[in-house]
Amino acid sequence: MYSRAYKLFVSLPPLLWVGLFLLLPYALMLAHSFWMLRDGFVVHQWNLQNYRTLATNPVYAQVLLRSMRIAASVTLCSLLLGYPLAYYLSFHAGPRKEILYQLVIVPLWVSYLVRGYAWKTILGSDGVLNGFLQYLHLTNAPVGFLLYSPFAVILMLTHIYTPFVFLPIYAALEHIPRPLVEASQDLGASPWKTFLRIILPLSLPGLLAGATFAFVLSLGDFLAPLLVGGASGTMIANIVQSLFGAAYDWPLGAAISVCILLITVTLLFLTERLEKRWSFR
Amino acid sequence: MSATTTPSVTPSATAVARGAPLLATYAWLVFAFIHLPIIVLIVYSFNRDGVGGFPPRHLTLDWYRQLFGDGAIWTSVLNSLIVAACSVALSLTLGLLAALALDRASFPGKALFRRLVLLPLILPGIITGLSLLMFAVYAGAHLSLVTVFLGHGTALISVATTELFAGLHKMDRAQEEASLDLGATPLQTFWRVTLPNLKLSLIAAGLLIFTLSMDEIAVTFFLIGRDNTLPLEIWGRLRRGITPEINAISTLIFAASVILIVIWFQLRTRAQRKAF
Repeated sequence: MYSRAYKLFVSLPPLLWVGLFLLLPYALMLAHSFWMLRDGFVVHQWNLQNYRTLATNPVYAQVLLRSMRIAASVTLCSLLLGYPLAYYLSFHAGPRKEILYQLVIVPLWVSYLVRGYAWKTILGSDGVLNGFLQYLHLTNAPVGFLLYSPFAVILMLTHIYTPFVFLPIYAALEHIPRPLVEASQDLGASPWKTFLRIILPLSLPGLLAGATFAFVLSLGDFLAPLLVGGASGTMIANIVQSLFGAAYDWPLGAAISVCILLITVTLLFLTERLEKRWSFR
Repeated sequence: MSATTTPSVTPSATAVARGAPLLATYAWLVFAFIHLPIIVLIVYSFNRDGVGGFPPRHLTLDWYRQLFGDGAIWTSVLNSLIVAACSVALSLTLGLLAALALDRASFPGKALFRRLVLLPLILPGIITGLSLLMFAVYAGAHLSLVTVFLGHGTALISVATTELFAGLHKMDRAQEEASLDLGATPLQTFWRVTLPNLKLSLIAAGLLIFTLSMDEIAVTFFLIGRDNTLPLEIWGRLRRGITPEINAISTLIFAASVILIVIWFQLRTRAQRKAF
């Protein structure tokens, strides 16, 4: 029913724009990872030198592993906080559901940066938490290990991603047909068994979506480590950032970016397949 | 009316609720965790002695007074507003076309296009930011608010496309067909039928894009020139040492967002009431 001209008119501008301002930049990133630096300039000579450096210098693998550990911790913590919350809201909150849902969303309207900053003021050695502990006489001197550590990064990112993990899980739980749950209970299954056999499996796609999101975005985060991470909380994206900044080695930085991109795309591909399989059960 | 359904629901509902006190406590603790930093942020914006220590003493409005005299902050707020408004215009336009194209046209590379558009939403911001930075450098562009706007506008096409595509799907195609059959031109049909039907999706996408752009930092970080957006201005100040002035501006922005959201919900419920 739509004419050729119509189809051309609606598809051409976004295609051209996205090709020019998205595909080309990403392609440029990929190309850089195969180029090299000579006398401080990027030369367009195709080679695998950057990837060889990444494979042989253990520093990169170490930081990447640390980043993956941090990202995995964030994912796990966000799930441990987000899932029970979503479950409570969906099954037990009753008429307060709507307002509680809004309350979970509210922190999303506070900027990422500001939430990180808030944690900084809470965890710092003259921060709110230390003031509180001393006020209660639980400690005499400020506790120093709170800020500028991987712990602080995990805490901050967990705080940021818990609502994001909550959302798809809540959506999945809300879509579970209630008669199914009631049938399970009427037939004598304990609440625990009903949860394990009915509710959890049916909410897996949502859980997976939230977990992937939290993992991927915290893996590539460079602001949280800068804000609250300190030297021991440095993550892989910080190395990329410094390679593009002060260290000025774009090709090597691009190679690391491509690695992050590959991990991300692989994960997304896997979860998409799993989601498809699980949602047909 | 619900008398027939209530008896079958109530017993099992109470059965589920039996194990709930522990769960409820846990849920409220999670709530506390989610809200704690924001409450701290707001409370300490009124604290005379700075951002640390406990309990907050000597409540004052001094930080707000200082904030209102702070030209650099308000310039950056204005910059952010301009960038966000332009980004909304750009990404809504292209996102609308993209959604229409995905819904109605078939073209080579459609599957790739659908995924490519979503990438900025899924990838860590640093990758998109650096790719755009390299592109800007190669294109010989001067880093400025314009590059930031192009970055935001392009990255957020993803949000616009997703929202509007969903809106198109819910739409009744018959109305458009009727309009075309009755002799309206495609353009008339678009203005009179398609757009009005998409109004809610457009507003929702626009609001979302606006707030995301206002808040964006990972991509902005690499595309910014001499003029700061608000997040970058705050970022710069964090490095120089922190004062409750940052709490004050954050509190004001938070309040503004909440007001916007409440207005949006009012609008939506009114529109829904009208629709039924």
